Amino acid sequence: MVDFLNFLRENNIFEIISFSLKVSVTAIAITAIIGLPLATLIGLKQFKGKKLVVALINTGMGLPPVVVGLFVALLFWRSGILGWLGLIYTPTAIIIAQTIIAMPLILGITISGIQSVDDSLKKQILAIGASKIQYIITLWKEARLSIITAIIAGFGAVISEVGAVLIVGGNIKGETVVLTTAIVQETRKGHFDVALALGAILLFISFVINLTASLLQQKIRHE
Amino acid sequence: MTYAINNHFLVKRSIILLLFVLAIIAILSGCQSKKNKNTLILATTTSLNDTGILDVLISDFNKSYPKLKIKPVAVGTGEALAMGKKGNADILIVHSPEDEKKFIKDGFGVERIPLMYNYFVIVGPKTDPAKIRGKSTLLSFKSILNNNALFISRGDDSGTHKKELKIWDKAGTQPASIKNYLETGQGMAETLRIADQKQGYTLSDRGTYLYLKKTIDLADFTSSDSLLFNEYFVIKIDPKKFPKVNTDGASALIRYLKSKKAHEIIKKYGKDKVGEPLFFSSKW
Repeated sequence: MVDFLNFLRENNIFEIISFSLKVSVTAIAITAIIGLPLATLIGLKQFKGKKLVVALINTGMGLPPVVVGLFVALLFWRSGILGWLGLIYTPTAIIIAQTIIAMPLILGITISGIQSVDDSLKKQILAIGASKIQYIITLWKEARLSIITAIIAGFGAVISEVGAVLIVGGNIKGETVVLTTAIVQETRKGHFDVALALGAILLFISFVINLTASLLQQKIRHE
Repeated sequence: MTYAINNHFLVKRSIILLLFVLAIIAILSGCQSKKNKNTLILATTTSLNDTGILDVLISDFNKSYPKLKIKPVAVGTGEALAMGKKGNADILIVHSPEDEKKFIKDGFGVERIPLMYNYFVIVGPKTDPAKIRGKSTLLSFKSILNNNALFISRGDDSGTHKKELKIWDKAGTQPASIKNYLETGQGMAETLRIADQKQGYTLSDRGTYLYLKKTIDLADFTSSDSLLFNEYFVIKIDPKKFPKVNTDGASALIRYLKSKKAHEIIKKYGKDKVGEPLFFSSKW
């Protein structure tokens, strides 16, 4: 066990794990802060072109992440429109790319959840004189199953993504190395032991998140 | 169906939150812009980066220049030159002499300094179906062609790939006319692995081959003739053409890479990992 921990430390794996979690959690947090209110708005309001917007969001869920990465890089390269920001090959660029990747997922699933809250229940809440904030919070409580699913799905998508992170982050040692890009590099170098260890850790993280979500979802279903 | 709720509330809240997040990003990137002068984007080849020598040189460089953050991006010679042509990199370390000279001639780069060299290796199945053992590079390639032996190419516009194409050209042929030719479009380690699995011949850089030697079943048929000479050059991007590049940083790094200290590191690198130095110094 001690050998294994030394092995991890020698290969900077703790650093890679913490950095990967840092960027992905930040990205999902930003996506949730922007996405939940936005999804609620879309879910509740009737407006012209709503069907188109929802269709676009659902299409966005299937958007290849690497394409998002390429697009973000085109913006942030020195030659790009936003090149002056100096964001290429930085953690911020990764967070931005991951936010864009996760947004359609979180929006789509949350909209669906908001819309499936019983209409008569919505009317009831308003009828008993709930304030705007109370209404939203109650709605979110009712749709919490979908919201949790949305966040978990978003996190799962970004933590396991490799193309976009590689293009915008550059996999620079000590700066923008995440679990997925490290696996690619170690495999390319022929260090299978390190690659497999990273893969196992990534799987483990994914499993823990999904297990927690599953338990939460089961708990909610049986309430 | 309409509700008594005022949806403007949600719109306002979303916009406020969006602006808040954008403000955070702007602040963060504001800090980055100041750092732009302290960032040096170094575009280089995957084969060089994977040997780890750049990390050692950079960390030694940072002892005298702690404020300059060097970002080595391993993209392959073709892409590195393309990045240079757009001003997306501040400095390049690549190994494709003809393309480099054209790069300078076309005005994208201003300084081209030899850094280090070694030799490519020709590897293939131990049974040597094309009978290339002992032959010169040119005759080996011709032999592979004439015997319809399997050849695996990088096919990815890398320095190694360009060298391979140059040798085929000298041997009087093009990849399109070679019967048993596979292009992997990937890095050296993957290509070596594929060559190993399919028991074919391939051209490799010395570093990657030495690292993988124990895990693959391919023999080394190198003849060390001049055709396999592999030299890495450092190229500074022209600041007149691309005023946004960090030219002071590039000059500082180039000064270091010309120093005796850097070349001492180059001459010794690899001894502890593979038992022999991976590179020879171009200067000393």
